[in-house]
Amino acid sequence: MSSALRTPGGVLGFTLTLVFIALALLAHVVAPTDPFASVGSPLTPPSRAHTFGTDDLGRDVFSGIVHGTRTSLTVAFAVIAIASGLGIAVGAVAGYLGGSVDDVLMRGTEAVQIVPRFFLAVIVIALFGPGLDRVVFVLGVTSWPAIARVVRAETLSLARREFVDAAHALGARTPRILLRHVLPNAVPTALVVISLSAASVILLEAGLGFIGLGDPRSISLGYLANNAQRFLRVAWWMTVFPGAALALVVLGLNLLGDALSDLANPRRSGRTA
Amino acid sequence: MSGRYLVRRLAQVVPAAAAILITAFVVIHIAPGDPVLALAGQHGDAAYYALIRAKFGLDRPLPEQLLVYAANVARGDLGVSYVHGRPVASVVLERLPATLLLMMTALIASSIVGIALGVGAARRVDRPADLIVRIAALVGYATPSFWLAQIAALTLALGTGWFPVQGITDARQVWTGWRYAADVIHHLALPALVLAINELALTTRLVRTGVLECLATDYIRTARAKGLPERSVVRHAFRNALLPVVTVIGGRIGMLFTGAVLVETVFAWPGLGQLLLSSIQTRDVPILLALFLLVSLAVILTNVVTDLAYVWLDPRIRYE
Repeated sequence: MSSALRTPGGVLGFTLTLVFIALALLAHVVAPTDPFASVGSPLTPPSRAHTFGTDDLGRDVFSGIVHGTRTSLTVAFAVIAIASGLGIAVGAVAGYLGGSVDDVLMRGTEAVQIVPRFFLAVIVIALFGPGLDRVVFVLGVTSWPAIARVVRAETLSLARREFVDAAHALGARTPRILLRHVLPNAVPTALVVISLSAASVILLEAGLGFIGLGDPRSISLGYLANNAQRFLRVAWWMTVFPGAALALVVLGLNLLGDALSDLANPRRSGRTA
Repeated sequence: MSGRYLVRRLAQVVPAAAAILITAFVVIHIAPGDPVLALAGQHGDAAYYALIRAKFGLDRPLPEQLLVYAANVARGDLGVSYVHGRPVASVVLERLPATLLLMMTALIASSIVGIALGVGAARRVDRPADLIVRIAALVGYATPSFWLAQIAALTLALGTGWFPVQGITDARQVWTGWRYAADVIHHLALPALVLAINELALTTRLVRTGVLECLATDYIRTARAKGLPERSVVRHAFRNALLPVVTVIGGRIGMLFTGAVLVETVFAWPGLGQLLLSSIQTRDVPILLALFLLVSLAVILTNVVTDLAYVWLDPRIRYE
Protein backbone atom coordinates (compact mmCIF):
# COMPACT_ATOMS: atom_id res chain seq x y z
CA MET A 1 0.00 0.00 0.00
CA SER A 2 2.62 2.46 1.11
CA SER A 3 4.92 2.41 -1.92
CA ALA A 4 2.44 3.65 -4.52
CA LEU A 5 1.03 6.26 -2.16
CA ARG A 6 4.51 7.67 -1.67
CA THR A 7 4.59 9.16 -5.19
CA PRO A 8 3.80 12.89 -5.18
CA GLY A 9 0.56 12.27 -7.08
CA GLY A 10 -0.50 9.51 -4.72
CA VAL A 11 0.22 11.63 -1.64
CA LEU A 12 -1.67 14.61 -3.08
CA GLY A 13 -4.63 12.46 -4.12
CA PHE A 14 -4.84 10.74 -0.76
CA THR A 15 -4.51 14.04 1.12
CA LEU A 16 -7.08 15.90 -0.98
CA THR A 17 -9.58 13.07 -0.64
CA LEU A 18 -9.06 12.87 3.14
CA VAL A 19 -9.33 16.65 3.56
CA PHE A 20 -12.61 16.83 1.67
CA ILE A 21 -14.06 13.83 3.50
CA ALA A 22 -13.10 15.48 6.80
CA LEU A 23 -14.62 18.75 5.58
CA ALA A 24 -17.85 16.93 4.73
CA LEU A 25 -18.00 15.07 8.03
CA LEU A 26 -17.22 18.17 10.10
CA ALA A 27 -19.22 20.62 7.96
CA HIS A 28 -21.11 22.03 10.95
CA VAL A 29 -17.87 22.61 12.86
CA VAL A 30 -15.84 24.08 9.98
CA ALA A 31 -18.71 26.26 8.74
CA PRO A 32 -21.24 26.77 11.54
CA THR A 33 -23.02 29.44 9.47
CA ASP A 34 -26.21 28.10 7.92
CA PRO A 35 -25.48 28.06 4.15
CA PHE A 36 -29.06 29.17 3.47
CA ALA A 37 -29.06 32.01 5.98
CA SER A 38 -28.57 35.60 4.91
CA VAL A 39 -25.66 36.70 7.08
CA GLY A 40 -24.19 39.72 5.30
CA SER A 41 -24.99 42.32 2.72
CA PRO A 42 -25.52 40.83 -0.76
CA LEU A 43 -22.63 40.37 -3.20
CA THR A 44 -19.79 41.45 -0.91
CA PRO A 45 -16.37 40.46 -2.24
CA PRO A 46 -14.14 38.18 -0.14
CA SER A 47 -13.33 39.84 3.18
CA ARG A 48 -12.23 38.91 6.68
CA ALA A 49 -15.83 38.24 7.74
CA HIS A 50 -16.67 36.24 4.62
CA THR A 51 -13.53 34.55 3.27
CA PHE A 52 -15.11 33.69 -0.08
CA GLY A 53 -17.59 36.58 -0.16
CA THR A 54 -21.39 36.49 -0.10
CA ASP A 55 -23.94 35.73 -2.81
CA ASP A 56 -26.93 37.68 -4.10
CA LEU A 57 -28.95 36.93 -0.96
CA GLY A 58 -26.10 37.69 1.42
CA ARG A 59 -25.38 34.02 2.06
CA ASP A 60 -21.84 32.99 3.00
CA VAL A 61 -20.13 31.36 0.00
CA PHE A 62 -17.55 29.55 2.14
CA SER A 63 -20.31 27.91 4.15
CA GLY A 64 -22.07 27.00 0.90
CA ILE A 65 -18.93 25.29 -0.37
CA VAL A 66 -18.37 23.30 2.81
CA HIS A 67 -21.99 22.13 3.05
CA GLY A 68 -22.13 21.67 -0.73
CA THR A 69 -19.09 19.39 -0.55
CA ARG A 70 -20.94 17.42 2.10
CA THR A 71 -23.90 16.98 -0.28
CA SER A 72 -21.67 16.04 -3.23
CA LEU A 73 -19.72 13.47 -1.24
CA THR A 74 -22.86 12.02 0.37
CA VAL A 75 -24.44 11.51 -3.05
CA ALA A 76 -21.21 10.08 -4.46
CA PHE A 77 -20.84 7.72 -1.50
CA ALA A 78 -24.42 6.44 -1.78
CA VAL A 79 -24.19 6.05 -5.56
CA ILE A 80 -20.88 4.22 -5.30
CA ALA A 81 -22.26 1.92 -2.59
CA ILE A 82 -25.12 0.86 -4.91
CA ALA A 83 -22.92 0.68 -8.01
CA SER A 84 -20.19 -1.29 -6.23
CA GLY A 85 -22.70 -3.77 -4.81
CA LEU A 86 -24.27 -4.36 -8.22
CA GLY A 87 -20.99 -4.29 -10.13
CA ILE A 88 -19.15 -6.66 -7.81
CA ALA A 89 -22.09 -9.10 -7.70
CA VAL A 90 -22.59 -9.14 -11.47
CA GLY A 91 -18.87 -9.25 -12.24
CA ALA A 92 -18.07 -12.03 -9.76
CA VAL A 93 -20.98 -14.25 -10.82
CA ALA A 94 -20.31 -13.72 -14.55
CA GLY A 95 -16.59 -14.31 -14.24
CA TYR A 96 -16.87 -17.32 -11.95
CA LEU A 97 -19.75 -19.19 -13.58
CA GLY A 98 -18.84 -18.30 -17.18
CA GLY A 99 -20.78 -19.84 -20.05
CA SER A 100 -24.27 -18.64 -20.82
CA VAL A 101 -24.68 -16.87 -17.46
CA ASP A 102 -21.61 -14.82 -18.33
CA ASP A 103 -22.98 -14.09 -21.80
CA VAL A 104 -26.34 -12.88 -20.52
CA LEU A 105 -24.84 -10.78 -17.72
CA MET A 106 -22.26 -9.20 -20.00
CA ARG A 107 -24.83 -8.32 -22.68
CA GLY A 108 -26.88 -6.72 -19.90
CA THR A 109 -23.81 -4.83 -18.70
CA GLU A 110 -23.16 -3.52 -22.20
CA ALA A 111 -26.79 -2.41 -22.49
CA VAL A 112 -26.62 -0.44 -19.24
CA GLN A 113 -23.29 1.07 -20.25
CA ILE A 114 -24.94 2.66 -23.28
CA VAL A 115 -27.47 4.58 -21.18
CA PRO A 116 -26.53 8.27 -21.07
CA ARG A 117 -26.74 8.78 -17.31
CA PHE A 118 -27.06 12.54 -17.34
CA PHE A 119 -29.98 12.60 -19.77
CA LEU A 120 -31.78 9.77 -17.96
CA ALA A 121 -31.39 11.63 -14.66
CA VAL A 122 -32.84 14.76 -16.31
CA ILE A 123 -35.98 12.86 -17.34
CA VAL A 124 -36.39 11.22 -13.96
CA ILE A 125 -36.10 14.54 -12.14
CA ALA A 126 -38.49 16.20 -14.60
CA LEU A 127 -41.09 13.47 -14.03
CA PHE A 128 -40.57 12.73 -10.32
CA GLY A 129 -39.52 16.18 -9.12
CA PRO A 130 -36.14 17.11 -7.68
CA GLY A 131 -34.60 15.15 -4.82
CA LEU A 132 -31.31 13.58 -3.84
CA ASP A 133 -32.84 10.10 -3.42
CA ARG A 134 -33.78 9.76 -7.10
CA VAL A 135 -30.44 11.17 -8.24
CA VAL A 136 -28.72 8.53 -6.10
CA PHE A 137 -31.00 5.81 -7.45
CA VAL A 138 -30.62 6.70 -11.14
CA LEU A 139 -26.85 7.18 -10.97
CA GLY A 140 -26.48 4.09 -8.77
CA VAL A 141 -28.28 1.67 -11.06
CA THR A 142 -26.47 3.03 -14.15
CA SER A 143 -22.90 3.44 -12.86
CA TRP A 144 -21.99 -0.20 -12.17
CA PRO A 145 -20.96 -1.58 -15.60
CA ALA A 146 -17.33 -0.40 -15.42
CA ILE A 147 -16.98 -2.00 -11.98
CA ALA A 148 -18.64 -5.23 -13.15
CA ARG A 149 -16.28 -5.53 -16.11
CA VAL A 150 -13.16 -5.13 -13.99
CA VAL A 151 -14.38 -7.56 -11.32
CA ARG A 152 -15.34 -10.09 -14.01
CA ALA A 153 -11.89 -9.91 -15.61
CA GLU A 154 -10.18 -10.35 -12.24
CA THR A 155 -12.49 -13.20 -11.24
CA LEU A 156 -11.87 -14.97 -14.53
CA SER A 157 -8.15 -15.09 -13.92
CA LEU A 158 -8.43 -15.81 -10.19
CA ALA A 159 -10.89 -18.67 -10.68
CA ARG A 160 -8.19 -20.69 -12.43
CA ARG A 161 -5.61 -20.32 -9.67
CA GLU A 162 -4.49 -23.23 -7.47
CA PHE A 163 -5.80 -21.76 -4.22
CA VAL A 164 -9.31 -21.72 -5.65
CA ASP A 165 -8.93 -25.33 -6.79
CA ALA A 166 -7.69 -26.18 -3.31
CA ALA A 167 -10.71 -24.57 -1.67
CA HIS A 168 -12.90 -26.47 -4.10
CA ALA A 169 -11.17 -29.75 -3.28
CA LEU A 170 -11.70 -29.07 0.41
CA GLY A 171 -15.42 -29.01 -0.26
CA ALA A 172 -16.09 -25.27 -0.08
CA ARG A 173 -19.26 -24.18 -1.88
CA THR A 174 -19.29 -21.61 -4.68
CA PRO A 175 -20.65 -18.65 -2.61
CA ARG A 176 -18.00 -19.24 0.03
CA ILE A 177 -15.22 -19.50 -2.55
CA LEU A 178 -16.38 -16.28 -4.18
CA LEU A 179 -16.72 -14.35 -0.94
CA ARG A 180 -13.69 -15.65 0.93
CA HIS A 181 -11.15 -16.41 -1.78
CA VAL A 182 -11.92 -14.68 -5.05
CA LEU A 183 -13.43 -11.29 -4.13
CA PRO A 184 -10.82 -10.21 -1.57
CA ASN A 185 -8.24 -10.58 -4.33
CA ALA A 186 -10.34 -8.80 -6.94
CA VAL A 187 -11.24 -5.79 -4.79
CA PRO A 188 -7.89 -3.92 -5.02
CA THR A 189 -8.25 -3.69 -8.80
CA ALA A 190 -11.93 -2.79 -8.46
CA LEU A 191 -10.98 0.07 -6.12
CA VAL A 192 -9.26 1.82 -9.03
CA VAL A 193 -12.48 1.91 -11.05
CA ILE A 194 -14.52 2.73 -7.96
CA SER A 195 -12.50 5.85 -7.15
CA LEU A 196 -12.61 6.99 -10.79
CA SER A 197 -16.38 6.31 -10.88
CA ALA A 198 -16.83 8.38 -7.73
CA ALA A 199 -15.11 11.30 -9.47
CA SER A 200 -17.40 11.04 -12.49
CA VAL A 201 -20.51 10.75 -10.29
CA ILE A 202 -19.52 13.94 -8.45
CA LEU A 203 -19.18 15.74 -11.79
CA LEU A 204 -22.55 14.42 -12.99
CA GLU A 205 -24.34 15.42 -9.80
CA ALA A 206 -22.78 18.88 -10.00
CA GLY A 207 -23.81 19.11 -13.66
CA LEU A 208 -27.41 18.37 -12.71
CA GLY A 209 -27.26 21.01 -10.01
CA PHE A 210 -25.78 23.44 -12.50
CA ILE A 211 -28.74 23.17 -14.86
CA GLY A 212 -31.07 23.74 -11.92
CA LEU A 213 -32.05 20.15 -11.16
CA GLY A 214 -30.46 19.93 -7.72
CA ASP A 215 -32.42 19.28 -4.57
CA PRO A 216 -33.62 22.71 -3.43
CA ARG A 217 -33.55 21.54 0.19
CA SER A 218 -29.81 20.92 0.31
CA ILE A 219 -27.08 23.22 -0.91
CA SER A 220 -24.74 21.70 -3.49
CA LEU A 221 -21.70 22.76 -5.48
CA GLY A 222 -23.73 22.52 -8.68
CA TYR A 223 -26.42 24.80 -7.25
CA LEU A 224 -23.77 27.36 -6.27
CA ALA A 225 -22.40 27.34 -9.84
CA ASN A 226 -25.93 27.67 -11.21
CA ASN A 227 -26.63 30.67 -9.02
CA ALA A 228 -23.25 32.20 -9.87
CA GLN A 229 -24.01 32.12 -13.60
CA ARG A 230 -26.46 35.03 -13.31
CA PHE A 231 -23.90 37.17 -11.47
CA LEU A 232 -20.87 36.36 -13.62
CA ARG A 233 -20.33 40.03 -14.44
CA VAL A 234 -20.58 41.34 -10.89
CA ALA A 235 -19.45 38.61 -8.49
CA TRP A 236 -16.50 36.51 -9.73
CA TRP A 237 -16.07 34.95 -6.30
CA MET A 238 -19.44 33.19 -6.55
CA THR A 239 -18.10 31.34 -9.61
CA VAL A 240 -14.43 30.86 -8.82
CA PHE A 241 -14.46 29.26 -5.35
CA PRO A 242 -17.23 26.61 -5.56
CA GLY A 243 -15.91 25.39 -8.93
CA ALA A 244 -12.35 25.26 -7.61
CA ALA A 245 -13.52 23.12 -4.69
CA LEU A 246 -15.29 20.80 -7.12
CA ALA A 247 -12.19 20.52 -9.32
CA LEU A 248 -10.01 19.72 -6.28
CA VAL A 249 -12.36 16.97 -5.05
CA VAL A 250 -12.35 15.37 -8.50
CA LEU A 251 -8.59 15.82 -8.93
CA GLY A 252 -8.03 14.12 -5.57
CA LEU A 253 -10.13 11.11 -6.48
CA ASN A 254 -8.49 10.81 -9.92
CA LEU A 255 -4.99 10.98 -8.41
CA LEU A 256 -6.01 8.39 -5.83
CA GLY A 257 -7.31 6.15 -8.62
CA ASP A 258 -4.01 6.50 -10.49
CA ALA A 259 -2.01 5.64 -7.38
CA LEU A 260 -4.20 2.60 -6.69
CA SER A 261 -3.87 1.55 -10.32
CA ASP A 262 -0.06 1.62 -10.07
CA LEU A 263 -0.44 -0.49 -6.96
CA ALA A 264 -2.72 -3.06 -8.58
CA ASN A 265 -0.64 -3.19 -11.73
CA PRO A 266 3.00 -2.48 -10.85
CA ARG A 267 4.18 -3.21 -14.40
CA ARG A 268 2.57 -0.01 -15.57
CA SER A 269 3.70 1.89 -12.52
CA GLY A 270 4.24 5.59 -13.13
CA ARG A 271 3.00 5.38 -16.67
CA THR A 272 -0.64 6.08 -16.15
CA ALA A 273 -0.47 9.66 -14.98
CA MET B 1 -13.29 -7.08 -42.67
CA SER B 2 -15.79 -9.70 -43.67
CA GLY B 3 -19.35 -8.86 -44.64
CA ARG B 4 -20.57 -11.39 -42.10
CA TYR B 5 -18.88 -9.53 -39.29
CA LEU B 6 -20.49 -6.29 -40.41
CA VAL B 7 -23.95 -7.89 -40.44
CA ARG B 8 -23.43 -9.49 -37.04
CA ARG B 9 -22.18 -6.26 -35.51
CA LEU B 10 -25.14 -4.34 -36.91
CA ALA B 11 -27.50 -6.99 -35.53
CA GLN B 12 -26.17 -6.23 -32.04
CA VAL B 13 -27.65 -2.76 -32.38
CA VAL B 14 -31.16 -4.21 -31.99
CA PRO B 15 -30.94 -5.40 -28.34
CA ALA B 16 -29.09 -2.21 -27.38
CA ALA B 17 -31.79 -0.05 -28.93
CA ALA B 18 -34.46 -2.20 -27.28
CA ALA B 19 -32.82 -1.70 -23.88
CA ILE B 20 -32.89 2.06 -24.32
CA LEU B 21 -36.53 2.08 -25.46
CA ILE B 22 -37.58 -0.09 -22.54
CA THR B 23 -35.76 2.23 -20.14
CA ALA B 24 -37.62 5.26 -21.49
CA PHE B 25 -40.90 3.35 -21.45
CA VAL B 26 -40.47 2.16 -17.88
CA VAL B 27 -39.59 5.65 -16.65
CA ILE B 28 -42.74 7.11 -18.23
CA HIS B 29 -44.91 4.43 -16.66
CA ILE B 30 -43.53 4.40 -13.13
CA ALA B 31 -43.69 8.19 -12.90
CA PRO B 32 -46.33 9.39 -10.50
CA GLY B 33 -49.68 10.15 -12.14
CA ASP B 34 -51.18 9.14 -15.43
CA PRO B 35 -48.58 8.53 -18.19
CA VAL B 36 -50.73 10.67 -20.44
CA LEU B 37 -49.69 13.67 -18.31
CA ALA B 38 -46.04 12.88 -18.99
CA LEU B 39 -46.67 12.69 -22.72
CA ALA B 40 -49.22 15.48 -23.14
CA GLY B 41 -48.46 17.91 -20.32
CA GLN B 42 -50.58 19.21 -17.47
CA HIS B 43 -52.61 21.71 -19.46
CA GLY B 44 -54.19 19.67 -22.23
CA ASP B 45 -57.96 19.29 -22.59
CA ALA B 46 -59.90 16.01 -22.51
CA ALA B 47 -59.99 15.67 -26.29
CA TYR B 48 -56.21 16.08 -26.56
CA TYR B 49 -55.63 13.53 -23.80
CA ALA B 50 -57.91 11.08 -25.63
CA LEU B 51 -55.91 11.66 -28.82
CA ILE B 52 -52.58 10.99 -27.06
CA ARG B 53 -54.08 7.91 -25.32
CA ALA B 54 -55.10 6.51 -28.69
CA LYS B 55 -51.82 7.45 -30.35
CA PHE B 56 -49.67 5.75 -27.69
CA GLY B 57 -52.21 2.98 -27.09
CA LEU B 58 -52.36 3.93 -23.42
CA ASP B 59 -55.69 2.09 -22.96
CA ARG B 60 -54.18 -1.25 -24.07
CA PRO B 61 -52.15 -3.79 -22.06
CA LEU B 62 -48.56 -2.74 -21.21
CA PRO B 63 -46.68 -5.06 -23.63
CA GLU B 64 -48.82 -3.76 -26.48
CA GLN B 65 -48.13 -0.18 -25.38
CA LEU B 66 -44.41 -0.90 -25.53
CA LEU B 67 -44.74 -2.17 -29.11
CA VAL B 68 -46.77 0.87 -30.12
CA TYR B 69 -44.18 3.13 -28.49
CA ALA B 70 -41.32 1.31 -30.24
CA ALA B 71 -43.08 1.55 -33.59
CA ASN B 72 -43.69 5.27 -33.10
CA VAL B 73 -40.07 5.92 -32.19
CA ALA B 74 -38.81 3.81 -35.08
CA ARG B 75 -40.84 5.94 -37.45
CA GLY B 76 -39.24 9.04 -35.94
CA ASP B 77 -42.57 9.97 -34.38
CA LEU B 78 -41.62 11.18 -30.90
CA GLY B 79 -44.89 12.91 -30.16
CA VAL B 80 -45.72 16.59 -30.06
CA SER B 81 -43.95 19.13 -27.91
CA TYR B 82 -46.72 20.72 -25.85
CA VAL B 83 -44.75 23.92 -25.51
CA HIS B 84 -43.67 24.37 -29.11
CA GLY B 85 -46.87 22.87 -30.49
CA ARG B 86 -44.88 21.04 -33.17
CA PRO B 87 -43.57 17.50 -33.66
CA VAL B 88 -40.73 16.83 -31.22
CA ALA B 89 -38.46 15.47 -33.95
CA SER B 90 -38.53 18.73 -35.90
CA VAL B 91 -37.84 20.84 -32.78
CA VAL B 92 -34.85 18.65 -31.89
CA LEU B 93 -33.45 18.43 -35.43
CA GLU B 94 -33.59 22.21 -35.69
CA ARG B 95 -31.24 22.54 -32.70
CA LEU B 96 -28.97 19.62 -33.57
CA PRO B 97 -26.62 21.34 -36.09
CA ALA B 98 -25.39 23.95 -33.59
CA THR B 99 -24.57 21.26 -31.03
CA LEU B 100 -22.93 19.02 -33.63
CA LEU B 101 -20.80 21.94 -34.82
CA LEU B 102 -19.64 22.53 -31.26
CA MET B 103 -19.03 18.85 -30.51
CA MET B 104 -17.26 18.02 -33.75
CA THR B 105 -14.97 21.05 -33.50
CA ALA B 106 -14.06 20.05 -29.94
CA LEU B 107 -13.58 16.39 -30.87
CA ILE B 108 -11.36 17.06 -33.88
CA ALA B 109 -9.29 19.72 -32.11
CA SER B 110 -8.84 17.59 -28.99
CA SER B 111 -7.88 14.49 -31.01
CA ILE B 112 -5.23 16.27 -33.06
CA VAL B 113 -3.70 18.20 -30.18
CA GLY B 114 -4.08 15.26 -27.78
CA ILE B 115 -2.26 12.86 -30.09
CA ALA B 116 0.52 15.39 -30.69
CA LEU B 117 0.95 16.10 -26.97
CA GLY B 118 0.73 12.42 -26.03
CA VAL B 119 3.38 11.33 -28.53
CA GLY B 120 5.56 14.30 -27.62
CA ALA B 121 5.35 13.50 -23.92
CA ALA B 122 6.04 9.80 -24.47
CA ARG B 123 9.19 10.63 -26.46
CA ARG B 124 10.42 12.83 -23.60
CA VAL B 125 9.33 10.50 -20.81
CA ASP B 126 10.10 11.74 -17.27
CA ARG B 127 11.64 14.94 -18.56
CA PRO B 128 10.21 18.38 -17.65
CA ALA B 129 8.06 18.61 -20.81
CA ASP B 130 6.51 15.22 -20.03
CA LEU B 131 5.87 16.23 -16.43
CA ILE B 132 4.16 19.46 -17.48
CA VAL B 133 1.93 17.64 -19.97
CA ARG B 134 1.01 15.01 -17.36
CA ILE B 135 0.09 17.58 -14.72
CA ALA B 136 -1.86 19.69 -17.21
CA ALA B 137 -3.75 16.60 -18.39
CA LEU B 138 -4.68 15.63 -14.83
CA VAL B 139 -5.90 19.11 -13.99
CA GLY B 140 -7.75 19.44 -17.30
CA TYR B 141 -9.48 16.12 -16.76
CA ALA B 142 -10.63 17.02 -13.24
CA THR B 143 -11.98 20.46 -14.13
CA PRO B 144 -15.78 20.55 -14.49
CA SER B 145 -16.66 21.72 -18.00
CA PHE B 146 -19.27 24.24 -16.84
CA TRP B 147 -16.83 25.83 -14.40
CA LEU B 148 -14.12 26.06 -17.03
CA ALA B 149 -16.72 27.66 -19.29
CA GLN B 150 -17.59 30.21 -16.61
CA ILE B 151 -13.92 30.99 -15.96
CA ALA B 152 -13.29 31.36 -19.70
CA ALA B 153 -16.30 33.66 -20.04
CA LEU B 154 -15.09 35.65 -17.03
CA THR B 155 -11.51 36.09 -18.25
CA LEU B 156 -11.30 35.74 -22.04
CA ALA B 157 -14.72 37.19 -22.88
CA LEU B 158 -15.75 39.63 -20.13
CA GLY B 159 -12.19 40.41 -18.99
CA THR B 160 -10.28 40.96 -22.22
CA GLY B 161 -13.18 41.32 -24.61
CA TRP B 162 -11.40 39.08 -27.13
CA PHE B 163 -14.36 36.76 -27.49
CA PRO B 164 -18.11 37.27 -27.43
CA VAL B 165 -19.82 36.20 -24.21
CA GLN B 166 -22.92 34.61 -25.67
CA GLY B 167 -24.70 33.26 -28.71
CA ILE B 168 -23.65 31.97 -32.11
CA THR B 169 -23.74 35.24 -34.10
CA ASP B 170 -23.53 38.92 -33.39
CA ALA B 171 -27.09 40.16 -32.87
CA ARG B 172 -26.17 43.73 -33.80
CA GLN B 173 -25.00 42.90 -37.29
CA VAL B 174 -26.35 40.68 -40.02
CA TRP B 175 -23.54 39.19 -42.08
CA THR B 176 -23.62 36.97 -45.11
CA GLY B 177 -21.07 34.70 -46.80
CA TRP B 178 -17.54 34.76 -45.41
CA ARG B 179 -18.28 37.48 -42.88
CA TYR B 180 -21.04 35.26 -41.47
CA ALA B 181 -18.71 32.25 -41.22
CA ALA B 182 -16.06 34.35 -39.50
CA ASP B 183 -18.66 35.63 -37.03
CA VAL B 184 -19.78 32.08 -36.20
CA ILE B 185 -16.16 30.91 -35.77
CA HIS B 186 -15.48 33.85 -33.46
CA HIS B 187 -18.46 32.83 -31.31
CA LEU B 188 -17.58 29.12 -31.56
CA ALA B 189 -13.96 29.46 -30.42
CA LEU B 190 -14.47 29.75 -26.67
CA PRO B 191 -17.17 27.10 -26.11
CA ALA B 192 -15.31 24.67 -28.39
CA LEU B 193 -12.04 25.31 -26.57
CA VAL B 194 -13.67 24.66 -23.20
CA LEU B 195 -15.39 21.51 -24.39
CA ALA B 196 -12.18 20.27 -26.02
CA ILE B 197 -10.09 20.56 -22.85
CA ASN B 198 -11.66 17.62 -20.97
CA GLU B 199 -11.38 15.40 -24.05
CA LEU B 200 -7.89 16.69 -24.78
CA ALA B 201 -6.71 15.75 -21.29
CA LEU B 202 -7.99 12.21 -21.63
CA THR B 203 -6.68 11.69 -25.18
CA THR B 204 -3.24 12.97 -24.19
CA ARG B 205 -3.04 10.59 -21.24
CA LEU B 206 -4.13 7.60 -23.29
CA VAL B 207 -1.84 8.31 -26.23
CA ARG B 208 1.12 8.80 -23.92
CA THR B 209 0.44 5.55 -22.04
CA GLY B 210 -0.24 3.68 -25.28
CA VAL B 211 2.94 4.88 -27.01
CA LEU B 212 5.02 4.10 -23.92
CA GLU B 213 3.63 0.57 -23.74
CA CYS B 214 4.24 0.03 -27.44
CA LEU B 215 7.78 1.35 -27.21
CA ALA B 216 8.49 -1.38 -24.65
CA THR B 217 7.41 -4.24 -26.94
CA ASP B 218 9.59 -6.66 -28.88
CA TYR B 219 8.77 -5.41 -32.34
CA ILE B 220 9.93 -1.95 -31.37
CA ARG B 221 13.14 -3.39 -29.95
CA THR B 222 13.59 -5.13 -33.31
CA ALA B 223 12.94 -1.88 -35.16
CA ARG B 224 15.54 -0.14 -33.03
CA ALA B 225 18.01 -3.03 -33.42
CA LYS B 226 17.68 -2.67 -37.19
CA GLY B 227 18.98 0.83 -36.70
CA LEU B 228 15.81 2.66 -37.72
CA PRO B 229 15.80 6.34 -36.84
CA GLU B 230 13.74 7.21 -33.76
CA ARG B 231 11.13 8.95 -35.92
CA SER B 232 10.29 5.74 -37.76
CA VAL B 233 10.28 3.77 -34.52
CA VAL B 234 7.66 6.08 -33.05
CA ARG B 235 5.65 5.76 -36.23
CA HIS B 236 5.62 1.98 -35.72
CA ALA B 237 4.24 2.40 -32.22
CA PHE B 238 1.78 5.08 -33.21
CA ARG B 239 -0.82 2.98 -34.97
CA ASN B 240 -1.18 0.58 -32.07
CA ALA B 241 -1.28 3.45 -29.63
CA LEU B 242 -4.29 4.80 -31.47
CA LEU B 243 -6.47 1.84 -30.43
CA PRO B 244 -7.29 3.11 -26.92
CA VAL B 245 -7.97 6.59 -28.32
CA VAL B 246 -10.56 5.18 -30.70
CA THR B 247 -12.19 3.28 -27.82
CA VAL B 248 -12.38 6.38 -25.74
CA ILE B 249 -13.92 8.51 -28.46
CA GLY B 250 -16.57 5.80 -28.88
CA GLY B 251 -17.17 5.40 -25.18
CA ARG B 252 -17.30 9.07 -24.38
CA ILE B 253 -19.77 10.38 -26.91
CA GLY B 254 -22.43 10.41 -24.17
CA MET B 255 -20.14 12.43 -21.91
CA LEU B 256 -19.36 14.76 -24.81
CA PHE B 257 -23.07 15.45 -25.25
CA THR B 258 -23.36 16.09 -21.51
CA GLY B 259 -20.40 18.46 -21.64
CA ALA B 260 -21.85 20.23 -24.68
CA VAL B 261 -25.17 20.77 -22.89
CA LEU B 262 -23.42 22.29 -19.86
CA VAL B 263 -21.07 24.48 -21.91
CA GLU B 264 -23.97 25.65 -24.09
CA THR B 265 -25.77 26.74 -20.96
CA VAL B 266 -22.93 29.08 -20.01
CA PHE B 267 -22.45 30.56 -23.47
CA ALA B 268 -26.15 30.59 -24.48
CA TRP B 269 -25.15 28.54 -27.52
CA PRO B 270 -28.43 27.89 -29.39
CA GLY B 271 -28.19 24.10 -29.52
CA LEU B 272 -29.64 21.10 -27.69
CA GLY B 273 -28.41 22.38 -24.34
CA GLN B 274 -30.60 25.46 -24.55
CA LEU B 275 -33.49 23.27 -25.64
CA LEU B 276 -32.91 20.94 -22.70
CA LEU B 277 -32.81 23.85 -20.31
CA SER B 278 -36.01 25.46 -21.54
CA SER B 279 -37.75 22.07 -21.69
CA ILE B 280 -36.85 21.42 -18.06
CA GLN B 281 -38.33 24.76 -17.06
CA THR B 282 -41.55 24.09 -18.98
CA ARG B 283 -41.62 20.35 -18.10
CA ASP B 284 -41.75 19.49 -21.79
CA VAL B 285 -41.16 15.77 -21.18
CA PRO B 286 -41.51 14.58 -24.82
CA ILE B 287 -38.53 16.79 -25.73
CA LEU B 288 -36.47 15.48 -22.80
CA LEU B 289 -37.32 11.89 -23.80
CA ALA B 290 -36.32 12.64 -27.39
CA LEU B 291 -32.97 14.04 -26.24
CA PHE B 292 -32.37 10.91 -24.17
CA LEU B 293 -33.20 8.68 -27.15
CA LEU B 294 -31.08 10.78 -29.51
CA VAL B 295 -27.99 10.67 -27.31
CA SER B 296 -28.48 6.92 -26.73
CA LEU B 297 -28.70 6.36 -30.47
CA ALA B 298 -25.54 8.39 -30.98
CA VAL B 299 -23.76 6.24 -28.37
CA ILE B 300 -24.92 3.00 -30.02
CA LEU B 301 -23.90 4.11 -33.51
CA THR B 302 -20.55 5.45 -32.34
CA ASN B 303 -19.86 2.10 -30.71
CA VAL B 304 -20.46 0.37 -34.05
CA VAL B 305 -18.15 2.80 -35.86
CA THR B 306 -15.54 2.31 -33.12
CA ASP B 307 -15.62 -1.46 -33.50
CA LEU B 308 -15.27 -1.19 -37.27
CA ALA B 309 -12.38 1.27 -36.87
CA TYR B 310 -10.76 -1.24 -34.53
CA VAL B 311 -10.78 -3.97 -37.14
CA TRP B 312 -9.34 -1.55 -39.66
CA LEU B 313 -6.61 -0.30 -37.30
CA ASP B 314 -5.60 -3.73 -36.02
CA PRO B 315 -5.82 -6.47 -38.65
CA ARG B 316 -5.27 -9.09 -35.93
CA ILE B 317 -8.78 -8.41 -34.63
CA ARG B 318 -11.25 -10.48 -36.59
CA TYR B 319 -14.16 -11.18 -34.24
CA GLU B 320 -14.94 -14.52 -35.82
